[in-house]
Amino acid sequence: MAQHFRLPSGGRIDRSKPVSFTFNGSKIEGYQGDTLASALLANGVHFVGRSFKYHRPRGIMSHGSDEPSALLSVSRGPGRTDPNNRASVVELREGLVTKSQNHWPSLNFDVGAVNDLFSPVFVAGFYYKTFMWPRSFWDKVYEPFIRAAAGLGVAPDVPDADRYANRHAHCDVLVVGMGPTGLAAALAASETGKRVIVADEQAEPGGSLLHASEETIDGKPAAEWVKETLAVLDARENVILLPRTTVFGYYNHNHVAMTERVTDHVVDPKGAPRERLWQVRAGHVVIAAGSLERPLVFADNDRPGVLLAESVRVFVNRYGVLPGRKIVFATSGASAYQAAVDAKRAGAHVTISDLRLEADCGPELAKARAAGVEVLTAHTVIGTVGAKRVKGLIVAPVTGAGAIGPRRTLDCDCVGISGGWTPTVHLFSQSRGKLAYDEALDAFLPGTSAQAETTVGASHGDYDLARCLTAGYAAGAKAAGSAATARFEATPTLKGFQPVRVMPTDANPAKVRAFIDFQNDVTAKDIKLAVREGFQSIEHVKRYTTTGMATDQGKMSNMNALGIVAGQLDRPLPSVGTTTFRPPYTPTTFGALVGPARDALFDPIRTTPIHDWAVEHGAKFEPVSLWRRAWYFPKAGEDMHAAVARECKAVRDGVGVFDASTLGKIEVVGPDAAEFMNRMYVNPWLKLEPGKCRYGLMLKEDGYIMDDGVVARVAQDRFHVTTTTGGAARVLNHMEDYLQTEWPDLNVFLTSITEEWAVIAVQGPKARETIAPLVSDIDLSPEAFPHMAMREGRICGAPTRLFRVSFTGELGFEINVPADYGRAVWEAIYESGRKFGITPYGTETMHVLRAEKGYIIVGQETDGTVTPDDVGLAGMIAKAKADFVGKRSLARQDLVASGRKQLVGLFADDPSLVLEEGAQVVADPNQPIPMKMLGHVTSSYDSPNVGRSIALAVVADGRALMGTSLFVTTPGGFTRVSVVDPVFFDAKGERINA
Amino acid sequence: MLLIDCPCCGLRPETEFRCGGQAHVARPEKPVDVGDQDWSEYLFVRANPRGVHAERWIHQHGCGRWFNALRDTVSDRFVETYPMGGKPKSTTTEARA
Ligand SMILES: [Zn+2]
Repeated sequence: MAQHFRLPSGGRIDRSKPVSFTFNGSKIEGYQGDTLASALLANGVHFVGRSFKYHRPRGIMSHGSDEPSALLSVSRGPGRTDPNNRASVVELREGLVTKSQNHWPSLNFDVGAVNDLFSPVFVAGFYYKTFMWPRSFWDKVYEPFIRAAAGLGVAPDVPDADRYANRHAHCDVLVVGMGPTGLAAALAASETGKRVIVADEQAEPGGSLLHASEETIDGKPAAEWVKETLAVLDARENVILLPRTTVFGYYNHNHVAMTERVTDHVVDPKGAPRERLWQVRAGHVVIAAGSLERPLVFADNDRPGVLLAESVRVFVNRYGVLPGRKIVFATSGASAYQAAVDAKRAGAHVTISDLRLEADCGPELAKARAAGVEVLTAHTVIGTVGAKRVKGLIVAPVTGAGAIGPRRTLDCDCVGISGGWTPTVHLFSQSRGKLAYDEALDAFLPGTSAQAETTVGASHGDYDLARCLTAGYAAGAKAAGSAATARFEATPTLKGFQPVRVMPTDANPAKVRAFIDFQNDVTAKDIKLAVREGFQSIEHVKRYTTTGMATDQGKMSNMNALGIVAGQLDRPLPSVGTTTFRPPYTPTTFGALVGPARDALFDPIRTTPIHDWAVEHGAKFEPVSLWRRAWYFPKAGEDMHAAVARECKAVRDGVGVFDASTLGKIEVVGPDAAEFMNRMYVNPWLKLEPGKCRYGLMLKEDGYIMDDGVVARVAQDRFHVTTTTGGAARVLNHMEDYLQTEWPDLNVFLTSITEEWAVIAVQGPKARETIAPLVSDIDLSPEAFPHMAMREGRICGAPTRLFRVSFTGELGFEINVPADYGRAVWEAIYESGRKFGITPYGTETMHVLRAEKGYIIVGQETDGTVTPDDVGLAGMIAKAKADFVGKRSLARQDLVASGRKQLVGLFADDPSLVLEEGAQVVADPNQPIPMKMLGHVTSSYDSPNVGRSIALAVVADGRALMGTSLFVTTPGGFTRVSVVDPVFFDAKGERINA
Repeated sequence: MLLIDCPCCGLRPETEFRCGGQAHVARPEKPVDVGDQDWSEYLFVRANPRGVHAERWIHQHGCGRWFNALRDTVSDRFVETYPMGGKPKSTTTEARA
């Protein structure tokens, strides 16, 4: 094909730069400056897709973002394929691979087109009516059918190869749209020196002026005015011009979101991102988004070759493409006449069929006739001829009373339809502004603004060029705080239309398919049916019929649908309401929304200073909140079970070393620090001497355990608090909340020091001997440095807060050193411990060792409904304290009632059976279902030191059940267990004091 | 995205803040003296008005300070923000107007 429909001259394409691409495998040529739509039309291709429900042949209908039908899959290379691209907005680029959608096996012969014959089945609400019963069909029959039928294109199945950027920006004035109104507004706003951003969705700024033919502004051709205006704006440093940028969302407080298509039109992006998401906070927003043409509703108005009238004009004037050689314009308004005159001038045979009476037409009538265009006034459209391409338009005279005369078929290969204009109020509606119906314009116009916003020009129902320029200028100035005005002289615009919902017809209404929403295959009949079935609100009709859904969002269909509903109900149109427009204005890529937050940046990973050592020594890791923690250190040939068994034995028999750096750490400092601690934790703190540690238990106000950890009093006014790994932020927030809002009188400062300190736990009988050669300034002897003491000194010359504490039940130390010394100190300890067989161990061994001792883990033994007494820690509570967070709640009825679940140990009858964590505990496995659940297993391991499996569980009144038998669920049924004390190892606690 | 007027930092985007529920629910001076009914009211019962609501907010990813705010739960409009321990300038009725 060789661009047979390209005009010999004219248009804004660059004829010196041919561009080739493929459509369904055929190579096609266009020019730089074309869109896919204009290039296809230049080659005579109208039929580019099948419709959603009926699989009817569909063509290119529009030149802009309102295109409902010409949705193509576009590939720019591997990982760069997107479905559902509107052909009218994709800029032509060398090498694009494009395909039509929604057909099988081919566009020309499509099996699904049989749906068109069965269309009575697919009436309004057919999803709701059809997929009801039998229930057994829901999963196996209906859902697969709906899933296969839903959606148009096929989603890509490989990762997106492109990069997406994002940017936040502030400006005084944001102008949406670079048509005449927007450009005038930008001129005025930037005149003041204020920061101005101007965005337009099209590749080239200028809007409707880009397809002007006769129009002049201040005596200059419109295109010339655009060029000069852009030069002025471009030269101003306070102006950011953003073509290819769609303002898609208008949120609270003038937060406006837009996507800039940076490189889709470039063959080699040279590493630049594909798109950029802009989040703009604007002082004032000027919406100059123009208006959208309405289609006419008549039978088979969806045939390829039927375009919006203004779009015909755009293809002729802007792209130098004649969409047909014989064009009929069917209209109920004036603007199509200009399109007709331009098409005639470009060499087409042109006829106009106007619904209006001759007397109701304006100067456009004489103008068209003078240009040699045949005009049939007072004519309705009955339908079209042709399936995959329109071949004729059936028209008939209609009297004012609605009587329809003899039909006549006008041969044609293209139809331009115009049912008038609808202001683009989407962004205004998103900003929560109130729309007001204007009967004279048959449109909803922006009424009361909800934010600092002005809608102006065609978006406000003003269709005259000179008035748009003048109003745009004034609005731009005002938005920037200036009262400046300017007068513009411009060619008068042909405007005015007679609203019509459905073209009068003498055809059997039951057989007529006149499309309202082309994308969702919703006909006038569907809307009428929905109203007959009782749907009266437009919001309900929309959902029931799916009109105005998907990318259309009411761009083409809204006013026609509203009008039909109002007509059926015999109510004034505004009483039916208008749908609320929601973001995005046009489809937005997920890539733009996600931006750089993918792969490594999707979710940050925290690692400790000792992490790399663990990697080098073959550790397996597990995620704990955002941290990656060493889980176990397998030796060659060891599985997890073997590695953990070896690590567990090594700690109890010699010495182990463990990276505890992830523990949350908070420094509580100030004259009232002890008083504050006293109120936040159940324990007594006032009399704890500096240099001593205490196990702290923290409750929420409801009396349930929130967190725990060892706390050292470093000085009279300074506590080093540790928290669980996952609870660090939560605990700090909790403390800050009480400190700031309940006790602002307390003089205390809280600082997160989690990342400041690396923590190395050295545990086992040989722990002291391991660290002794490295420690200075601290007497490590048991007498001078007993269990639960803390000393400041040096290790390997680095400052340390050395805790003598143990989460294993062994003699142990937790060595805090500044994070930067962490790895060096760790390596020195590892070296020093070699003669004792020092063994690095991970979180799994840590879990087993503490379970052997019956130490709880908050979040494992507790679940937010567990009290200190439930887990046997009532003894931690300072009874003498008048108050602490949670104290009053411990006396709540439910918390002192019998039957609470209490922490116990469980031994399965089979010592090799490791119970499942979370398994339910029952008294009698033979009781009827539903059984009475007594509790559940919270922790369960194979314990090498106990020599059998062990489990912790919470069981109703468990402490009273010591020695009795219960049953625990297993994958195969139940197993018998006996209830035992939760301390399985060294019950007297002698080893810890060694 | 809303802009919220932190009493310390001024207007900042909503994502830097966290809401802490109803404001002016003071923790009883001596909780142990509070009866079961009143204590459960304090713990669990909160207002959920349609309209202007006094709430606690914290500028979590900013200065870290808690403050109070009057917010219209229908329009999401922040009527005013004021420091912890302070009182709003406008009454609820005025704020609604
Ligand atoms: Zn702040």
